[in-house]
Amino acid sequence: MSDIAIRAEGLGKRYRIGHALRYKALRDSLADVFTAPLRRFRARGRPDGAVQDAEEATIWALKDVSFEIPVGAVVGIIGRNGAGKSTLLKVLSRITEPTEGRAEIRGRVGSLLEVGTGFHPELTGRENVYLNGAILGMRRREIERKFDEIVAFAEVERFIDTPVKYYSSGMYLRLGFSVAAHLEPEILLIDEVLAVGDAAFQRKCLDKMDSVAREGRTVAFVTHNLGALRQLCPETLWVDRGRIALRGGTAQVVQAYLEAAQARRAEFVAESRQRGRTEAVVLRRVAVTDRGGAIVEAVASEEDVYVRIEYEVAAAIASARVGLRLHAGDGTLVFTSNDTDPSGEGVPRSPGIYASVCTIPGNLLNEGQYYVTVACDRPMQEIVFVQEHVVAFSVYVGGGVGGAVRDGRRGVVRPPLQWTVRSLAEDGGKLRAASAMDVGG
Amino acid sequence: MIAPSRGWWSVNLGELWAYRELIYFLTWRDIKVRYKQTAIGVAWAILQPLAMMVVFTIFFGRLARVPSDGVPYPLFAYVGLLPWQLFSRTITESTNSLVTDQRLITRVYFPRVIVPIAATMAAVVDFLVASALLGGLMTYYRVVPGATVLWLPVFVLLMLVTALGVGFWLSALNVEYRDVAYAVPFLNQFWLFLTPVVYPTSVVPEAWRVLYGLNPMVGVVEGFRWALLGVGQGPSPAVAGSAVVAVLLFASGLVWFRRRERTFVDAIGSGGR
Repeated sequence: MSDIAIRAEGLGKRYRIGHALRYKALRDSLADVFTAPLRRFRARGRPDGAVQDAEEATIWALKDVSFEIPVGAVVGIIGRNGAGKSTLLKVLSRITEPTEGRAEIRGRVGSLLEVGTGFHPELTGRENVYLNGAILGMRRREIERKFDEIVAFAEVERFIDTPVKYYSSGMYLRLGFSVAAHLEPEILLIDEVLAVGDAAFQRKCLDKMDSVAREGRTVAFVTHNLGALRQLCPETLWVDRGRIALRGGTAQVVQAYLEAAQARRAEFVAESRQRGRTEAVVLRRVAVTDRGGAIVEAVASEEDVYVRIEYEVAAAIASARVGLRLHAGDGTLVFTSNDTDPSGEGVPRSPGIYASVCTIPGNLLNEGQYYVTVACDRPMQEIVFVQEHVVAFSVYVGGGVGGAVRDGRRGVVRPPLQWTVRSLAEDGGKLRAASAMDVGG
Repeated sequence: MIAPSRGWWSVNLGELWAYRELIYFLTWRDIKVRYKQTAIGVAWAILQPLAMMVVFTIFFGRLARVPSDGVPYPLFAYVGLLPWQLFSRTITESTNSLVTDQRLITRVYFPRVIVPIAATMAAVVDFLVASALLGGLMTYYRVVPGATVLWLPVFVLLMLVTALGVGFWLSALNVEYRDVAYAVPFLNQFWLFLTPVVYPTSVVPEAWRVLYGLNPMVGVVEGFRWALLGVGQGPSPAVAGSAVVAVLLFASGLVWFRRRERTFVDAIGSGGR
């Protein structure tokens, strides 16, 4: 029994939604005092006699979640947005209490739900290392001992006595991650920290996490990055609608997860009010269309395909970009693209309803199934929204590259590349057709 | 072990002790940040009560001729202002503390009660700084405290218990009812009138003293004056009443806070994600 690090039994978490989600004004509570008896009185007149609104305004973010994670296991957690992954981590890290059920955790828990939690812009890097370390549960002596290592890992030695408000976002993230990485918990709970930062930083994070895992610590890792998942986690939990949909080997679970996503169409329309959230930018609709704007579920490989992302900027935002990630059917990330490319920087957005349309040119993708993930973020700072695998489309081989032979060539892309063929015989003989260049099959 | 907590008595002091370093770091952060961008820095901690002392001395001491139990009015006012400023700052800062630190609260677990405690401790630092000026004033007016000064720690404790108790209540309530933050400036002024800062308790009719003493700050300010200046009554029924109310506020505030803290995160929202 002692080799179980985390045991959850029937965990459930219920949230109130609607006006009660944010906070109550005193007036609402006062109003309740007067209207509640009236409502009850009215309810008596109804056939079922129920007081309705109490039931309507709740949602189970988690329900009947039971699992065990043995000591030393590295378990990935995947699921669509709003499926309950983050709630699960919050319950396990004691940030919020479960409504029902229980969980037993053995060992010191480090939860990393965000990089640089509690960093104060006015304080220097040095001061923030101490503050952040203390917040994450490190003792002062422990921080002192690891201080040089933390700073070296973050590569901010020269700026350690500069207030972090002058840091670039990359430096800020590196320092934040570095403190967290030097925490030595027996159990590490991580939520999508790799979604931000540049490629080199992500690489570094992954390597560090890999080494943490090798040291025999228990890790639960929420991610949308299926590549990282495959690399780090032998085992994966798939959370769907607050329940555990599947648990098993990562390859198997990822496949099932993507197949479930496959049921999705080429169009996605957001529910009018997603759980009462109040982000600055709200996704409204995503569609895969052809040149004329008609929704298409399958396109010929030589045709352009358009991903149209419609969103509402609810409040002016100083820096934001909207982008997409294209995944192939097996989860391989084909590319990431943003509507501010090539710079990829965030730009100011004023309130209104917009559509960002990405053209994926013909003769790029190979035949197969593709999934689109759309997101909006403030680069290197915060994700405003992410919708995983929100739309899907398939590509079939038309009259473009290789269209004449249908040889089922492999690869994610099918680009028309330049070839030259020359005879090397002395007489400079004529060109010979060379169609079988692809060693496909 | 994680489970829905039940019952009223889930105050876990052992856990609080385990997190004592975080109290230190949050206090340190609050002070550091508060004074980092000011030109005169910590001198504000002296300047504020000093300025109020001057204003009170001019208007209440000189113009309105409010009695001061035979003590020079500036000294009389300053001894009252010291604990009052701590109290007033504590309730202002702790009321907003949980909302200000919402990112922290929604990302990391620690006993939430640390947040208003750290807000209070930051006010304590200001209090200590401002106390230095008191020494100067007492030297200037050649007032030497008697043996009663040995009681001072008791009244400092009473002051802390009162400030923390009110801080627990207001910070927890403000998470659910943001109205509290708007009511606090008003509460602050109102409470000042009900506390013998600008006037001595002796102007309150005898018959009303016990009722008056239900304001725990009455006991604190009275106690400070008695311990340091030897005026007033010291441990009296009114002061005892203040102490009882202070302890009740503290205990009920702590229990209420610990009871509500499990829903703080849900009430505050996820803070942007």
